[in-house]
Amino acid sequence: MGLSKCSLEMLQEMGLKSVEDLFTDIPKEVRTNGLRLPDGMSELELRRELGSMLAANRTADSHPSFLGAGIYNHFIPAAVRTIMGRSEFITSYTPYQPEISQGMLQALFEYQSYMAELTAMDVVNSSMYDASTALGEAALMSNRINGAKKFLVSRAVSPERRDVARLYAKGAGIELVEVGYDRPTGTVDLEDLRSKLSPEVSGFYFETPNFLGPIEPHWKDIREILGQKTMVVGTNPMALALLRPPGDMGADIVIGEAQVFGAPMSLGGPTVGVLGCKSEHVRKMPGRIIGMTADLDGRTAFCMTLQTREQHIRRSKATSNICSNEALLALGAAAYLAVVGRTGLQEIAAKNVGNMKALSARITKISGFRAPHFSAAHFNEFVVTSDEKASEVDRALLSKGIQGGHVLTKHFPELGNAALYATTEMHTKEDHDRLIEALEGIR
Amino acid sequence: MKYHQAVHDVPVLFEACEKPQPGTMFDATVGGAIPKELVREDLRIPDLPERDVVKHFVNLSQMNFGVDNGLYPLGSCTMKYNPKLCDEVVSWPSIANIHPLQDPSTIQGALRLMYELERMLCEIGGVDAVTLQPAAGAHGEYTGVHIVRAYHESRGETRNEVILPDTAHGTNPASAAMVGYDVLEIPSKEGCVDIEALKAAISKDTAAFMLTNPNTLGLFEKDVREIAGVLHDAGALLYYDGANLNAIMGKTSPGKMDFDIVHFNLHKTFATPHGGGGPGAGPVGVNRRLEEFLPVPRIIKEGDRFALDYDRPKSIGKVRAHFGNFGVLARAYTYIKMQGGNGLTAASENAVLNSNYLRHHLSKDLELPYGQLRKHEFVLSGRPLKAKGLRTLDFAKRLLDYGFHAPTIYFPLIVEEAIMIEPTETESRDTLDTFVEVCRKILAEDPELLKSAPHNTAVRRLDEARAAREMIFSWRAYEKKAAKDQAGSV
Repeated sequence: MGLSKCSLEMLQEMGLKSVEDLFTDIPKEVRTNGLRLPDGMSELELRRELGSMLAANRTADSHPSFLGAGIYNHFIPAAVRTIMGRSEFITSYTPYQPEISQGMLQALFEYQSYMAELTAMDVVNSSMYDASTALGEAALMSNRINGAKKFLVSRAVSPERRDVARLYAKGAGIELVEVGYDRPTGTVDLEDLRSKLSPEVSGFYFETPNFLGPIEPHWKDIREILGQKTMVVGTNPMALALLRPPGDMGADIVIGEAQVFGAPMSLGGPTVGVLGCKSEHVRKMPGRIIGMTADLDGRTAFCMTLQTREQHIRRSKATSNICSNEALLALGAAAYLAVVGRTGLQEIAAKNVGNMKALSARITKISGFRAPHFSAAHFNEFVVTSDEKASEVDRALLSKGIQGGHVLTKHFPELGNAALYATTEMHTKEDHDRLIEALEGIR
Repeated sequence: MKYHQAVHDVPVLFEACEKPQPGTMFDATVGGAIPKELVREDLRIPDLPERDVVKHFVNLSQMNFGVDNGLYPLGSCTMKYNPKLCDEVVSWPSIANIHPLQDPSTIQGALRLMYELERMLCEIGGVDAVTLQPAAGAHGEYTGVHIVRAYHESRGETRNEVILPDTAHGTNPASAAMVGYDVLEIPSKEGCVDIEALKAAISKDTAAFMLTNPNTLGLFEKDVREIAGVLHDAGALLYYDGANLNAIMGKTSPGKMDFDIVHFNLHKTFATPHGGGGPGAGPVGVNRRLEEFLPVPRIIKEGDRFALDYDRPKSIGKVRAHFGNFGVLARAYTYIKMQGGNGLTAASENAVLNSNYLRHHLSKDLELPYGQLRKHEFVLSGRPLKAKGLRTLDFAKRLLDYGFHAPTIYFPLIVEEAIMIEPTETESRDTLDTFVEVCRKILAEDPELLKSAPHNTAVRRLDEARAAREMIFSWRAYEKKAAKDQAGSV
């Protein structure tokens, strides 16, 4: 490969002749000779090629989609994209030098503040990878709080989250035990919870609204049943615009997915794992935490704090190995919440509830379909059961250019022919009409 | 060389938040759809005009330093310039507006992108199969160590120890511990793995040895094949921490060095910007005998179609929901296609050239322990500063005053007052020369100027102990403390 004149001069200054002289420390037996990859492309060529390759994807804009199950299609105001597009934010690293990184640090403090307010928790860290890994870490944290080796998890959680939590638990030698849900309501089966409690149990994880849609009404009973054990609550932060926050329920740890605030679905990642806790547990918490302080002149300033919990200081004794997180998306969530404000957020959340009510009422009127399957209150997602096989319904909808709800047959066989439908403020009445018409065509 | 960061008074957004007037609270039951006892009573989030929000964040951004602002020689972090096309493509609806649970027939473009990215990473890493699921480098390590565990368990062996050198990144021991391993650190010899110490440490309990090559001093571990042989003879696996891959593309590969498991930091080597801490992506590559342990689903090619395969009974399961950080994967794919094989090789060549150029000049001014030739980064010791009553920290803070981000400091732990510098391939010679000039200027400055640095940033040195003591992690906590302080003063 030809070197530039400038590179040659740099080599000469070092007393070297060729760039190969810089690689003489790599023994011959492990040397390779270049990469068997095609030559580079110009921006224009690549843009064309990518565009044509990706045209094979059907997007939620061109084809109405009723998928949710943890990843939701919400409106993203243009101002959020503008703010997230600031290259001073995008191209910075973890703010190790706080004096020159106050912008990101304050934005992350604001993210923590928004999340603390929504969840009513004392502290929320500056992000985890996603909700599934946040759950895994919460199970480990619960074990650190009281040392017990079993962790209870509601059955009404996403199979993805459950699988990830299982792997995290396995690594730490913790056993996950499932707690069932009440069949008519879809909420926590309190009897089953009581029966699974033992001194080996560190805590219990349930969601509100849960994976299947129901909002949990029995939080007081759950808190009472758990006694001193850790109560870990999973939530959709968007729903917290309206719902009683986990902090008010006495939660010890809260997890969730803040993708709903300003992040596109993006095939499920990157997203923003929320993890918060009571202040008494903060030293057992994983992840970066931003704290408020002052500089030498007394000016308010922000920095990463309680770093002695973290891997770069504590190494194998750290609370977690997490280093990179989802800072840019946490900043995006703060920007989203700032743009929509309290009034906007509550209106959006109410619109979600309204759409859920409207769509489920229309679906259940179609013969052969029932919705919502559970009798509890819902936010923006609900189970639809049908006489027809759920996978057949899905196929029929696909053929009409509609992506139906997430088929539950594989992971929740007890529900029969069931699928999980989500509807957000993005759906117009015409979108609902198209779905209803298509479903009517199936019966 | 003049620099002054913008200084704005930007109040925390919540300062503008007034308590909602009684009776103005939103009907959170949405007309009775949600029972009253399940709705919240209060929500203290400010309502702000969009104009003020944009001003707030734009002014904050001006108090933040990124690669686009200037040199960011943060060792082990590979803060290279990222082509803007990579950022742009992830906003395309065909990437942004697709759902992970869509029918595979409707996301063929995304599946193809991931399948091809896996193949390209296989070539770069010299491995047989790659999973894209891990969300970050440390998460890749975590995935890799689970694969180590699954491999030994599949052979009916329980090995409970992972060995690593004392130069290892902090995430290595933390990841191994999270998978349930005891961690054994061995001392280095002249900056590299001490093979005798390694041999002495290896036992029937050894599950794996974790290593980065070049190591965190920027030295190439020449004995890597011998190290691999020693490990493999003992039935253990060799793990490659890919944080330093930017030094060797096209010159050697972890696979060629006989590593069994490799993670890639897409946000370092493959130009996906770091976003102030993330998102990143930490794909993991393995050789053929470990492929069956990779997370599910696997993306498979059937004719010209792509499908998802969950039927992998020996898989470790899932490390993250869905496919990983797809947006980051799409950026890396774009970058690799843009560079091509020759471009990536040239990137490594120039990264090593720039590093050695700086090393050549700066080792005259500060100490360079452990030999000369380095790869993409090198570590100086700030020990000579002590004579003037200064520390590496003071030098680093003073660099900020000249518009350079500081190098990584106090790592690796085996170098006293460490200054770890990684310029990357995207910096021009002029920038490097200016950096050298500024370093020399700083070393000649009045020590008081360094001790009190930085002066030209948005804020001066922080009282970090106070942050840990007062534990104000949110506006709620701030208000609580303010109320308490006020009550105390009455």
